[in-house]
Amino acid sequence: MVIRGLIFDIRRFTVHDGPGIRTTVFFKGCPLTCWWCHNPESQDFKSERSIKNLVLSGTKFQHSETTGNFMTVDEVMAEVQKDEIFYEESGGGVTFSGGEPMMQEPFLHALLQASKTLGWHTAVDTSGYATHKAMEHTAPLVDLFLYDVKLMNDELHRKYTGVSNKPILENLEFLYRSGKNITLRFPVIPGITDTYDNIQQIKTLIIRLQSQRPVPMAHGSPLSIHLLPYHTIARDKYRRFCKTNQLEGVHDLKQEALAGLKQEFEEMGLTVKIGG
Amino acid sequence: MTDRVKKLRDQSLKAINRISAERAVLVTDFYKSVTHRNLSIPMVRALNFDYILTHKHICINDGELIVGERGPAPKACPTYPEICVHSPEDLEILDKRQKVSFKVDEETRRIYHENITPYWQGRSNRDLIMGQVSSEWLAAYKAGVFTEFQEQRAPGHTVAGSKIYRKGMLDLIDEIHDVLLQPGFQDDAASSAKQEELKAMEISANALIKFAERHAGTLEQLAVVEKSRKRKKELLEMAGICRHVPAHAPRTFHEALQYYWFVHLGVITELNPWDSFNPGRLDQHLYPFYRQGIADGSLTRDRAMELLQCFWIKFNNHPAPPKVGVTALESNTYTDFCLINLGGVKSDGSDAVNELTYMLLDVIEKMRLLQPGSMVQVSKMSPDRFIYRTLNITKTGYGQPSFFNTDAIVQELLSQGKSLEDARNGGASGCVEAGAFGTEAYILSGYFNLPKVLEVTLHNGIDPRTGKMIGLLTGDPATFSSFDQLMQAFQKQLNHFIRIKIEGNNTIGKIFAEKMPVPFLSLIIDDCITNGTDYNAGGARYNTTYIQGVGLGTITDSLTAIRHHVFDRKLVSMSGLMRADDQNFKDFEELQLELVYHTPKYGNDEDYADDQARLVFELFYAAVNGQANAIGGTHRINLLPTTCHVYFGSVTGATADGRNAWQPLSEGISPVQGADRKGPTAVLKSAAKIDHIRTGGTLLNQKLSPDFFEGDESIHKMSSLIRSYFRMDGHHIQFNVVSADTLRDAQQHPELYRDLIVRVAGYSDYFNDLGEDLQNEIIKRTEHYSI
Ligand code: SF4
Repeated sequence: MVIRGLIFDIRRFTVHDGPGIRTTVFFKGCPLTCWWCHNPESQDFKSERSIKNLVLSGTKFQHSETTGNFMTVDEVMAEVQKDEIFYEESGGGVTFSGGEPMMQEPFLHALLQASKTLGWHTAVDTSGYATHKAMEHTAPLVDLFLYDVKLMNDELHRKYTGVSNKPILENLEFLYRSGKNITLRFPVIPGITDTYDNIQQIKTLIIRLQSQRPVPMAHGSPLSIHLLPYHTIARDKYRRFCKTNQLEGVHDLKQEALAGLKQEFEEMGLTVKIGG
Repeated sequence: MTDRVKKLRDQSLKAINRISAERAVLVTDFYKSVTHRNLSIPMVRALNFDYILTHKHICINDGELIVGERGPAPKACPTYPEICVHSPEDLEILDKRQKVSFKVDEETRRIYHENITPYWQGRSNRDLIMGQVSSEWLAAYKAGVFTEFQEQRAPGHTVAGSKIYRKGMLDLIDEIHDVLLQPGFQDDAASSAKQEELKAMEISANALIKFAERHAGTLEQLAVVEKSRKRKKELLEMAGICRHVPAHAPRTFHEALQYYWFVHLGVITELNPWDSFNPGRLDQHLYPFYRQGIADGSLTRDRAMELLQCFWIKFNNHPAPPKVGVTALESNTYTDFCLINLGGVKSDGSDAVNELTYMLLDVIEKMRLLQPGSMVQVSKMSPDRFIYRTLNITKTGYGQPSFFNTDAIVQELLSQGKSLEDARNGGASGCVEAGAFGTEAYILSGYFNLPKVLEVTLHNGIDPRTGKMIGLLTGDPATFSSFDQLMQAFQKQLNHFIRIKIEGNNTIGKIFAEKMPVPFLSLIIDDCITNGTDYNAGGARYNTTYIQGVGLGTITDSLTAIRHHVFDRKLVSMSGLMRADDQNFKDFEELQLELVYHTPKYGNDEDYADDQARLVFELFYAAVNGQANAIGGTHRINLLPTTCHVYFGSVTGATADGRNAWQPLSEGISPVQGADRKGPTAVLKSAAKIDHIRTGGTLLNQKLSPDFFEGDESIHKMSSLIRSYFRMDGHHIQFNVVSADTLRDAQQHPELYRDLIVRVAGYSDYFNDLGEDLQNEIIKRTEHYSI
């Protein structure tokens, strides 16, 4: 039987999801329900309709669109393959993101395998919320994990994302110990994730990880962190998909606050990037 | 920037464009004085050149190191009444038009009114052309099927090679004598014509020497009264330089620059050739002088920088010569398309990037002037550092330099039959046109409106805007049963209009060959001297005439829409679609929505749409390529629009891609504005599906928001984007890095953004100087990417 996956977008020339010029494949469906989700359309594991405004000479027309299509591995690969020449020139490749790609692990696995056969660099952008077995199965095919760290306090994690952070942290340690390259992604949400306690706990986590796999100085850390500032940009999307935006009213983050945070992590020997 | 450079740059930026009657008066006086003498045409032209250079005002600006102006002062623009004559109304338009006006004072108006206009009306080259082209040519021209470059300017579009850095005018005169004395020369059937031409070249060479000596004289006089000892010494040094070049080959860096500048003035004073003449591979030509100066201690890096900056400012003092008639209103670009080439490969095929290349990039960054334009030639051998350095200039939003693919240019020139060496010494000039520098006359003949031909096809030969029959009867499209049938009809109409255009080109080419020789330019371009033949008459080693296709994106999307909705999906009938077009989609909004938003479009790397681009390309290529021109060469194609897509749009009704009537067409080989939805890589892939190697140049504009260029990592990614496109044989790519908000603000407060420069097509222009339509279009594109 041909397996199919539910995909909601394939974007070319993504330059923030790993090295070089990349194509990012967005999986639909996520077991989490983060309040700040910037891709609200990615959460439900089903295709859905949304209303889009089309403009013709100044007049707006409403148009209903489908988000999410079941695609075969060949269909996805045909699209991703179109930019192969750019991956070659830039040292780029393909990134699987979502939603949560691990939620459709067999399909993800098949895509990773196909990509590796073609010799591409692969990245997986994940919340880490997956079974250990799935992680273990996938990890060998992945060159880079873009791995979310949100809240260290499990209770708060449950409150704001709907799930426990336990499997997430376990998977992270497992991947790090098995020698994977990992870029942590920390969504900086004012008043929720940017608290003193949470940041201290994340630092503790990083120190613990680093102690488990000491790196010779010359090689730099295989661990880096991206600070993802909260953007009000997603608001429009919530409206289009008729979803409630629980963060309505929260403002964009101050630049200075981010810069301070960047410095704190840099002092720990991490490569830090804002945005990304 | 030294104080001197700062002052000269300010002066250049502040100078106001105005019309100077100087040249027109001299030319008129001269022509009146020779009517009774029985002179050959080349002799008349050479003596005319000599007369202008002997009598024109010598302008030396305070503090200058490189001297010579085309007019009596910076930005005082001459006119060329022997080519086209300005009527009182034209002068009024030029004075009053909002964008890039040329001030015309009372005295100047009086001179034109009394002396110049009456003498030249009916006598100018333009009058001659309009009297000789066919009625079908005039009908198609008026309908906006094509434009004509040579109607108001002389054929030019050529670039200096390396010759002038090795030979002085006296050496060229020796060469002329050698040809005249060649055994058998007298037996040549054309020998008397050749003799006249060669004599004309000799007069022109001497005229330039005299012109330089007049500068030397003025410099010496200035030195006498100069108070500052330092400047006095400088003035005398400059006088010495003007006494040495252009008579002799240059010995130093300073002499090389001054020599080129005199040649430049010679070419643009003799006539007003398209586009402005330029030094081409400047980093290659100047490098030996730079090396030698540094080695023997006569030159420092700082001095070289200052000289280059002074040289740069000279170009900015020379706006494009103002037009006449409708084009005076429409064509308001400031720049005259000088395009300095940096990098590329040497004639032995090795990488040409050198220390001076990087210095010139510094000059470009610091000067931030519109003229001269600049580009970098990237070959597979070019170091990444070269691209990174250039991108760091591009990202400042100034639109320059643009990127060209040396390997593609070499292939293009080779496939046209040029020698490997000439191909490697070539580059691009004007907007994007490939040429062999110093050896080729490559004449752009006019833009060609591809979507208009489709419009005429869909109306069975009639131009719906005027109701006039201008094409062929190729059948009522409502009766077409297949897409192929439509394409066959289109091909017939295309061939019909190309035939008209080429016949016109050849008529006009003959007029220039016989009536308007350019003996001075002929000295500079090989092998005019050895052939004893003028540049305008086929004396150059290579002679190419181009027709520039415009609106590839629009026609591709229109054909795709017809193929998709009429023939494949059968959503609408051919006559239904045409009715929608003819009513400009009034009452057909639903259909228009479908056409705009739910039709495969060129620029998304989808074969279903891109196939039509290939099809149109092949038909256009087959119609034009290899057809003889008037001067022993051939016709070839280019795909570039400059700003013509706006004019062509204004004469083309609604199109099947959902574009409203009279809106701009797509630009260059770029997709229709907003039609590309999959980002730059998809655009590049689509654009690379046509065979750039069989063109003489294509233009691809990528407007990106500044964040694509933030930080080293991004710069590396942009660099690989360029490399990938060039690996697919893309010819040219340029980046417009501006935010939509900045542009909108500039539209509201033009006074605050006088120096805001954007990339328009193959060149940059002041945003303020663009028409509102063009401004809006650039804003629209910026938005498209900045989400
Ligand atoms: S894990 Fe990502 S996709 Fe899933 S809900 Fe959270 S933010 Fe959205």
